[in-house]
Amino acid sequence: MKLSEIVKVLEATLFVGEDRLDKEFLAGGASDLMSDILAKRADECVFLTGLTTVQTIRTASVSGVGAVVIVRGKIPPDEVIRMAREEEIPLLSTPYSMFVSCGRLHGQGMTGLNGTR
Amino acid sequence: MSAFRKTFQINKKDFIHAGEASVAVKNLLKSLHIDPKLIRRVAICGYEGEMNVVMHGGEGFLTFEIDSEKVVLNISDDGPGIADISLAMKKGYSTAADEYRQMGFGAGMGLPNMKENSDQFDIESEKGKGTRIRMVFLISKGG
Ligand SMILES: Nc1ncnc2c1ncn2[C@@H]1O[C@H](COP(=O)(O)OP(=O)(O)OP(=O)(O)O)[C@@H](O)[C@H]1O
Ligand SMILES: [Mg+2]
Repeated sequence: MKLSEIVKVLEATLFVGEDRLDKEFLAGGASDLMSDILAKRADECVFLTGLTTVQTIRTASVSGVGAVVIVRGKIPPDEVIRMAREEEIPLLSTPYSMFVSCGRLHGQGMTGLNGTR
Repeated sequence: MSAFRKTFQINKKDFIHAGEASVAVKNLLKSLHIDPKLIRRVAICGYEGEMNVVMHGGEGFLTFEIDSEKVVLNISDDGPGIADISLAMKKGYSTAADEYRQMGFGAGMGLPNMKENSDQFDIESEKGKGTRIRMVFLISKGG
């Protein structure tokens, strides 16, 4: 899926990544545990989470995550948006719950981090 | 490549700045055109180590070294230390405070993840004597 399609399917607000709307994503992972993402092959994936601390972006950065989606309509604080921009990580916020967000992406063909459907 | 070394300070309980050293190391390795898989392993290990210093340790340092063969990370702090290292190394063991759990940490996955992602992992700690971790990543090994 292209980033632009993810934005559309999740009816998301795009805070960072306007310049990378054509970026392709195959896999996604969802967790409110940073350790979960750090201990898996999450590079190039979409990382869905309900947490909007600066550590969400640092976790994404060191793990090589391709885009961060904040669920349940939370608006990331300014410093989090700034950090995502610095780290060149697309950052989105969707009004949908974690469950529905994952379902919407899965329904479009996206796989889990290990490639399973 | 000639040897290069840089030390970063890690401040006790400084959740906001925790991880800055690892992100800096990651960007530095990127500029040196090191294999992305290796960069990822180094960055993740450094980050887990930094978070541990901030959450469980004391005042600390992360030292990054690179030469033509390897990257070495030394992470140390003068905090309370670890009484039972083999217990701390177990997946799922954590004494993290609630404030950190609410921010997505404290699953007890950091130390095992550091061991898994490094080519050599040494930890030295004692109750009341701080904690020192040394991790080596072989450049020839790549990913
Ligand atoms: N630098 C340190 N100083 C003192 N205790 C430590 C230190 N590093 C780790 N520990 C102890 O070892 C335990 C396990 O560490 P580990 O990194 O595996 O998990 P965690 O930090 O609790 O959770 P996670 O890493 O998943 O966020 C910690 O909960 C803590 O009790
Ligand atoms: Mg940890």
